Amino acid sequence: MPELMQFLLSGVTVGAVYALVALGFTIIYNASDVVNFAQGEFVMLGGMFTVFAFEAGLPLPLAALLAIIATAAIGVALNKLAIEPARGAPVVSLIIITIGASILIRGLTQIAFDKQLHRFPAFSGDAPIQIVGATMLPQSLWVIAGALAIFVGLWLFFTRTLTGRAVLATANNRIAAQLVGINTKYVMTLSFALSAAIGALAGVLVTPITLTGYDIGIALALKGFAAAMLGGMGNPKGALVGGLLLGVIEALTAGYLSSQYKDAAAFVIILAVLFAMPQGLFGRQSTDRV
Amino acid sequence: MSLLQIEGLGIDFGGLRAVHDVSFSLGAGEIVSVIGPNGAGKTTLFNMISGVYRPEHGRVRLAGEDVTGIEPHLLARRGLSRTFQNLQIFQAMTVLENAIAGHHLHEKGPVLADLLSLPSSRRRAAEAEASARMLLDRVGLGRAEAQEAGSLSYGALKRLEIARALALKPRVLLLDEPAAGCNAVETEEIDRLIAEVAAEGVAILLVEHDMKMVMRISNHIVVLDHGEKIAEGAPAKVSRDPRVIEAYLGPQVRETADAHG
Amino acid sequence: MRLSSKTTTLLALAALIALAPLFFPSSYYFRVGSLIFVNGLAVTGLVVLTGYAGQISLGHAGFVGIGAYACALAPVHLGLNPIAAAVVGAALSGGIAWLVGRPILRLKGYYLAVASLGFGALVSMVLANEAQVTGGPDGMTVPDPGLRALLKSAGLDLSNSAFWYAFSGIVLVIGAWLALNLYHSPTGRALRALHGSEVAARTVGVDVAGFKLRAFVISAFYASLSGSLLALQNKFITPDVAGYMHSIELVTMTVLGGAGSVLGAICGAMILTTLPQVLTVFQEYEQVMLGLVMMLVMIFMRDGLLPSLSRKIRGRGK
Repeated sequence: MPELMQFLLSGVTVGAVYALVALGFTIIYNASDVVNFAQGEFVMLGGMFTVFAFEAGLPLPLAALLAIIATAAIGVALNKLAIEPARGAPVVSLIIITIGASILIRGLTQIAFDKQLHRFPAFSGDAPIQIVGATMLPQSLWVIAGALAIFVGLWLFFTRTLTGRAVLATANNRIAAQLVGINTKYVMTLSFALSAAIGALAGVLVTPITLTGYDIGIALALKGFAAAMLGGMGNPKGALVGGLLLGVIEALTAGYLSSQYKDAAAFVIILAVLFAMPQGLFGRQSTDRV
Repeated sequence: MSLLQIEGLGIDFGGLRAVHDVSFSLGAGEIVSVIGPNGAGKTTLFNMISGVYRPEHGRVRLAGEDVTGIEPHLLARRGLSRTFQNLQIFQAMTVLENAIAGHHLHEKGPVLADLLSLPSSRRRAAEAEASARMLLDRVGLGRAEAQEAGSLSYGALKRLEIARALALKPRVLLLDEPAAGCNAVETEEIDRLIAEVAAEGVAILLVEHDMKMVMRISNHIVVLDHGEKIAEGAPAKVSRDPRVIEAYLGPQVRETADAHG
Repeated sequence: MRLSSKTTTLLALAALIALAPLFFPSSYYFRVGSLIFVNGLAVTGLVVLTGYAGQISLGHAGFVGIGAYACALAPVHLGLNPIAAAVVGAALSGGIAWLVGRPILRLKGYYLAVASLGFGALVSMVLANEAQVTGGPDGMTVPDPGLRALLKSAGLDLSNSAFWYAFSGIVLVIGAWLALNLYHSPTGRALRALHGSEVAARTVGVDVAGFKLRAFVISAFYASLSGSLLALQNKFITPDVAGYMHSIELVTMTVLGGAGSVLGAICGAMILTTLPQVLTVFQEYEQVMLGLVMMLVMIFMRDGLLPSLSRKIRGRGK
């Protein structure tokens, strides 16, 4: 089944990117109950900054590092300037604020850079590798390995470090976390920085395959959001599974049914899952207290 | 005949027994109070009776009909209404509109008539409004009708919730801590209101921490501890029951002993 | 007799629509005006859904698309007059909303947002991909309903843009009238009650699922008619009307002006429709400005422009 293998491989590659975007959603949601629709823009910024730093003559690793730091800084600015002042606003308002932010970032990028598509060279060349009859770009391996490394790293961070546990505690109960002396404002800042950096890293990894441009963020944000909801908002494991699942479903639909409707398949699955499980695959059941 | 019959009602939350095998009944014009220490399962019991939670064991019968686990809005149609321990007021609506909203079952009609503001729709609304005004006068909120409900004092909100619940013209009324957070004068007003409503033949089930009030107005008291019924009977009998005294004072006695030891 | 706030709102809206043309320097302004009314209509429906009932939809452009394509397709395939096609489109939208709404509206908050978004995305994908029927991304033409010719034969000769300005304006006033009626009616009260507290609404007998569904269907009617009006006056339609960005624009208009009030939301439609027209000179900065406006209003005026401003004015009066 080389064909199936081919679809699975490309699905997992795309899914790894969705999973990273979904993870970014999850981290911010846990820290602040905000779904950040500008999450896709972080991926775009990561790619764009790297492209222009690289074209300005910096070596690729340094360019990538600078891009990730710069994007993280933008994430922190977003939190300080837009999310913190809107604390306690209704869900609709928060959706509009973050969508506004994504439109703003897109607009600024288009002015600061341009409207073209860009790429930089793949990390390990472009010679395809053969895996069980299917071909794969070495860069895909970078994407998958990068995603895995981030998930493992975050898992260690959340379970083994004091700061990580503070973030988890804040996610569980903000007031209780404040009472035991956790600086929840710092936790929020950290979450935005982390989530923006993860998005940017995803952008750096995937740009050699998919290219980047000022307007790639919306589609990624929608897919990542859908993946996060599919897995159950607020659950990192859900983000990983939701992202990979979405990527594979899309690849299989494109391969076997119709490439035009690959996006539709994703949404049909999400609607079906939400109807059967209104909290997503791994979401927590909530009971109203009255 | 009893209007409300609770038979062996029980529910678990994640393996934790919240309420277990509770039975009692309530007749027209009767005031029955459920008392017990914090966390005894009183509000959970209320939530099961009023359809907010679906009980895992037991039955709820309303005037003989099995209504176990049916949705709150269908219970409302059968004449059961309630108030909430932590207020559930329609904050953004005026006091009058909150009271009118209680008349939903009387005033609702075809959407099309409402969209076109047909005379039938306006008549339904006007009738509900007139009745709501009377109820507000009855609970002493007549002069506050135009205010946004969110701006009322806590005690006034408690009375507004009672007015909203009365708007259904219920046969059974569940009151969850109606006097909590009220001062002595307000408590007395609520006290009088409850007695009046019961005198009209409404069966009232009450959760309340103010023991003086409970002893004064209840016909019958059910005592819960750790989700189970440990005693029931007339106020005078229950207040002397050693198990009740232990449930309330036991831990305290031990705490005092620990503090001294 | 003191005028009710409903009558005042309607009179103000009607007067504004009727008198504004006196200050129009060119027919281009009729065009912008009728666009505002078209968006205002969809937004009025969202006031019922979001402002009254408190439910979010990020997919209402899907219904706009259904209404728009009904006007393009029904005349060709069913031989209907485009106006009748608009009615068929609205009925279809209402029917779809009724079917889709049941499962979707059980969801809350962000889950409802993603489900409605998925619905909108599916509609726009079908419109873009079924090229043999819909013309695909290139779009298709919409026949003229012949209303202007009818008026002309009756002795009233209006320019094309003036006619659609007047027609959309009248439809908007009717739409606003219905939505305002609803606000103070038993149904409106039930919707606002479930917005305030679902559990309390249930205990007073409100069939919460049923009323959410009613609001969803009503808002779908509005969105669909808005799409039909757009198709009829543009005489051309592309799948973009059903797209995600259009859904977002509609929600933003609603909330920007003030989701709780019809007039506020129509103001939101006016601002967001005119903004790009004003900014054509600085086309580069259009997105930047749009993003900034969305963020600033929501951060500093949480209830939307109109309610926040009127509160400020009243506060000063005291």
